[in-house]
Amino acid sequence: MTHAAALAAPARDPAWIGRVFWIAAALVLLWPMAVATEFKPWLLLAPDSLGPTLRFASSFLPPALGADFLALVARETWRTVAIATAGISLALLLAWPLALASTRVLSVSALAGRMAAGPFAVRQALRWLLIALRSIPELVWALIFVRVVGLGPTAGVLAIALTYGGMLGKVYGEILESGETPAAEALLRNGAGRTQTFFYAVLPANAAELLSYTVYRWECAIRSSVVLGFVGAGGLGQQLDNSTKMFAGGEVATMLLVFMGLVALADRASAWLRRSLG
Amino acid sequence: MKTHDAANLPYRLPPRLFNARCAACWFMLAIGVLVVASFWSLDLQWRGFLSADAVAGMGRFIGEFFPPDLSPRFVAKVVAAAGETLAMSALGTILAVVFGLALALPAARLHSGDRARAKAPTRLLLNALRSVPELVWATLLLISAGLGPFAGTLALAVHTSGVLGRLFAEAIENAPPGPAFALRAQGVGNARVLLYATLPQVLPQLLSYALYRWENNIRAAAVLGVVGAGGLGQMLAFHMGLFQMNKTCTVLIAMLALVALVDALSYAARRWMTR
Repeated sequence: MTHAAALAAPARDPAWIGRVFWIAAALVLLWPMAVATEFKPWLLLAPDSLGPTLRFASSFLPPALGADFLALVARETWRTVAIATAGISLALLLAWPLALASTRVLSVSALAGRMAAGPFAVRQALRWLLIALRSIPELVWALIFVRVVGLGPTAGVLAIALTYGGMLGKVYGEILESGETPAAEALLRNGAGRTQTFFYAVLPANAAELLSYTVYRWECAIRSSVVLGFVGAGGLGQQLDNSTKMFAGGEVATMLLVFMGLVALADRASAWLRRSLG
Repeated sequence: MKTHDAANLPYRLPPRLFNARCAACWFMLAIGVLVVASFWSLDLQWRGFLSADAVAGMGRFIGEFFPPDLSPRFVAKVVAAAGETLAMSALGTILAVVFGLALALPAARLHSGDRARAKAPTRLLLNALRSVPELVWATLLLISAGLGPFAGTLALAVHTSGVLGRLFAEAIENAPPGPAFALRAQGVGNARVLLYATLPQVLPQLLSYALYRWENNIRAAAVLGVVGAGGLGQMLAFHMGLFQMNKTCTVLIAMLALVALVDALSYAARRWMTR
């Protein structure tokens, strides 16, 4: 009898008290956040916001497909890709010297145990510079540069160059350090210069990983160059912003579709390149 | 000694190496063409940027940022905006977890007998949500949600739902099928199989994805506001628009501090968890 009672399955979830408690606690914690973010979903259904929303959404169909407009979209799409590519190229110019100067692999004094104090300080300072460059979002750079150089792609290229320069430089340094270092060490110990060591030991060991990370970042840069357009840095984003402000739903729909296609294409291209690098 | 006529005759590299170098050359050439075409087609105004008066103007512009406005009233406002940014990111992520999970279920093949008819269309929807950045969603949602943090929260939620939905669907599909099969064999219904077998198994993974996205969303929420969607970004755009550079500087400092804090916390948490 007692055995049967002990083995009988409980009719209710045995852990229900704990579950109900945690759900209630989460709701209590959520309340102040909902107040802070003015979270009032019912406002979405209020007639004076539902009306414009439905009108805007219904104007998405049909997408704008006029020849002039498609030519404009094609031009702006190319500009978006070009801003990302030019930005990444400048970022590489910034990232490589900083990565080479800040990496521990090419340190001569570290061969004899601890790195000497002077070189260590220089490397650490450069690393902090890279982190600082990386931690300012590209959108903030773009806002500042738009003020200085005016509306147009220059601001976007510079913003991508600075943020991605920091990002690439930091990660390059880490990749160089994480790879196989004995070859580099052997060359340095036998009197090879740093340039020789870099080209004959460090670079061959890490080339595929470096290239694949760069390609991945190029893909990210395409996405962010669209976003930069919203603060006036040219390209697809700027057109998208203009069309949204004019409530031209058809144009917005076309550009969103083109943008999704562009992102998918960059994604495929980058995945294919990285796979073939291997 | 007879040698075969090879395409690479002067160098006699092994064919595999020769092919690899060929591919590398073409690849570099393609990149070179892309880079040159990019610089050539963009009307970059280096002259306006590197000339002497431009540099002087830039120096003056940066000088205007200092000193930052540190009056207690303004600092209190900035701190409140930073709190708003954090709340936006947290609430957006929570909403995204809910909607992501709701979309992940139709996007996953739950068991081998599942026809998963909704899988392809749901994945398409998730990809669409994911490939439009938060900031673009924010500008679109401003129309229905109005200026302010609500639009930003929704934008974060929509974009992150796409990201999390896809990750959740993959996690659910890759969960070990044993426990779910055992329950299903006993005649337990789909909902309870999900609640008592599949979800408990994947919960740690879902949680780690959600935390990772929250970290990303804090960074995104900080700048999201520049289109008018609340938080620090909205303050930044507002004061910069009025050329109140000292106040802009304070907001920038708060933004960078927030991002640095999140980076440091996530780094520490990762170290702590992998130890």
